[in-house]
Amino acid sequence: MADAITLTYNVTKDDFTRAGEASADVKQKLKQMGVSPEAVRKVSIAMYEGEINMVIHAYGGKITVTISPDKIRMVLADSGPGIEDIEKAMQPGYSTAPEEIRNLGFGAGMGLPNMKKYTDSMHIETKIGVGTTITMEVNL
Amino acid sequence: MDKFWHSVRLDEALCKGCINCIKHCPTEAIRVREGKACINAEFCIDCGECIRICPHHAKIALSDKLETALSSRKYNVVLPPPSLYGQFNNLDDVNIVLNALKHMGFDDVYEVSAAAEIVSELTREYLDSHQGNFPLISTACPSIVRLIRVRFPNLISHLLPLNPPVEVAAKLAVKKAMKDSGLPREDIGITFISPCPSKVAYVKSPLGVEKSNVDYVIAIKDIYPILLSHMKAVDLPELEDIATSGKIGVSWGRSGGEAGGLFTDDYLAADGIRNVIRVLEDMEDEKFSNLKFVELNACDGGCVGGVLQVENPYVAAVKLMRLRKYMPIARTHMSEQEKEARGDVPWNRKVEYEPVYNLGSDMMESFARLNRVERLLKKLPGLDCGSCGAPTCRCLAEDIVRGQAKETDCVYYLKENLHKLSEEVETLSEDIGKGKTGQETINTLRQYMARIRQEMKELDQKETGRAKDDGTETD
Repeated sequence: MADAITLTYNVTKDDFTRAGEASADVKQKLKQMGVSPEAVRKVSIAMYEGEINMVIHAYGGKITVTISPDKIRMVLADSGPGIEDIEKAMQPGYSTAPEEIRNLGFGAGMGLPNMKKYTDSMHIETKIGVGTTITMEVNL
Repeated sequence: MDKFWHSVRLDEALCKGCINCIKHCPTEAIRVREGKACINAEFCIDCGECIRICPHHAKIALSDKLETALSSRKYNVVLPPPSLYGQFNNLDDVNIVLNALKHMGFDDVYEVSAAAEIVSELTREYLDSHQGNFPLISTACPSIVRLIRVRFPNLISHLLPLNPPVEVAAKLAVKKAMKDSGLPREDIGITFISPCPSKVAYVKSPLGVEKSNVDYVIAIKDIYPILLSHMKAVDLPELEDIATSGKIGVSWGRSGGEAGGLFTDDYLAADGIRNVIRVLEDMEDEKFSNLKFVELNACDGGCVGGVLQVENPYVAAVKLMRLRKYMPIARTHMSEQEKEARGDVPWNRKVEYEPVYNLGSDMMESFARLNRVERLLKKLPGLDCGSCGAPTCRCLAEDIVRGQAKETDCVYYLKENLHKLSEEVETLSEDIGKGKTGQETINTLRQYMARIRQEMKELDQKETGRAKDDGTETD
């Protein structure tokens, strides 16, 4: 009998050369497990956006992915500045990314809206000056 | 037809069981077992990388012989690919190649580059009417289609469902041959001259059509010498003007040429299988925007880089550019073909996802196996040395959970086992030295010694690649 599989990844602030590695690893594993291509696509896009946010905005954090027969749950927990205005942050096009980041091509303001679009449920918990935890689920 | 038929094969007599091909295969399809390379048919995409890298020339591409192509049927038509034109020095007129091919014994020539111009025209139309599928992915390179169907199922809907120029050329050549000769289909032989094993595999095991209209496939490098001698022998003043393609058709032979025929700036052209895989991974993650068309070629430089070519791909590409300099943009147009030709281009068979990379037969089994893989990876040394016959430790771990390999295939794992066993033997010997002898201790000792002997034998097998003589001890 197989129990749920848990995968954990550490994310480092401003480490752009490694940004996206965690979501790429998860994508590869889900493919090998025969998870449906549509679900794999949703998880990889949502997790990629969340991972990039952690690199750009936070001071580092941890991503935990739990794979069960009926759903995939991603918990992205960081220590960082927190989100000041969640409603504004969810608006497409709104970004608090600094200038250097935008020059790299990031900061289009579509991260959080995309994460919501591609997942079946999303929950944001944030504390200013402490950090943010985003929990998302994709049903299988 | 076997949907995993491959042209790429191993000549076992020449294989030394080294690790070159297993490390270079872009889809990790090769393993060395019992001293010889084995190709996993479900992972292989006929890209030919192993043929390029094998230092012992043990990897080959299956194809037909020229004699077979010329003698099996009554009326024979040959289809030269555009990349062929770049294989010669000082060629300034494509007609020399085409006339030489007829001089060699073919009854007629039908240029793949001419069919390519038709495919370009219909692709332009398709792009205009299928904007919801952007970006569309070229399906001219069969290795790319094979790669996508096993590894990138989310991109299958983006595949351009039009036959590659070789198939369109074959269909049109058949029609022309039947009209010109009055013979039935079975008396007509269509021969393609291929730059690569991938297209040989396409003909024998097609994608997008039930059965290919090409009957024989011969390799460019196999006919190069004889074609050259005929090119020198053709009577230049009497040269027939039978060339029917222009800039667009000829450019298909090199990377970027297919996209160039679409008159748009919103395209991406990538060549080289590892580059292509990176592009596909990014496409899957939707990292590209505002692209209409993606041209992907498994070989460096495009078809001029095929492993059955003779000339350096980058030199051949320059020669193609020089040849096309004074050509019109295109010489073959849809409007001049019979109306039915339009029906010859679209696919009539879908490409389906083949989930060959799944670890288990269902998700529960795959879960359990993935767990096992992670645990095994902690035990394996992580050196990716290839001694076990797998390209990486992760591949070995996956082979083990699929039941295709065992932990003791790993030399380092075996070495560690031997150390542990030796330590146990030492401890037991000390016990005996202290007088704690009993029949049981001695039996255990003998068991350990037998296991050590067994594992040493396994180590030896890895060195020589075959089982050593068991039985008589000569030392």
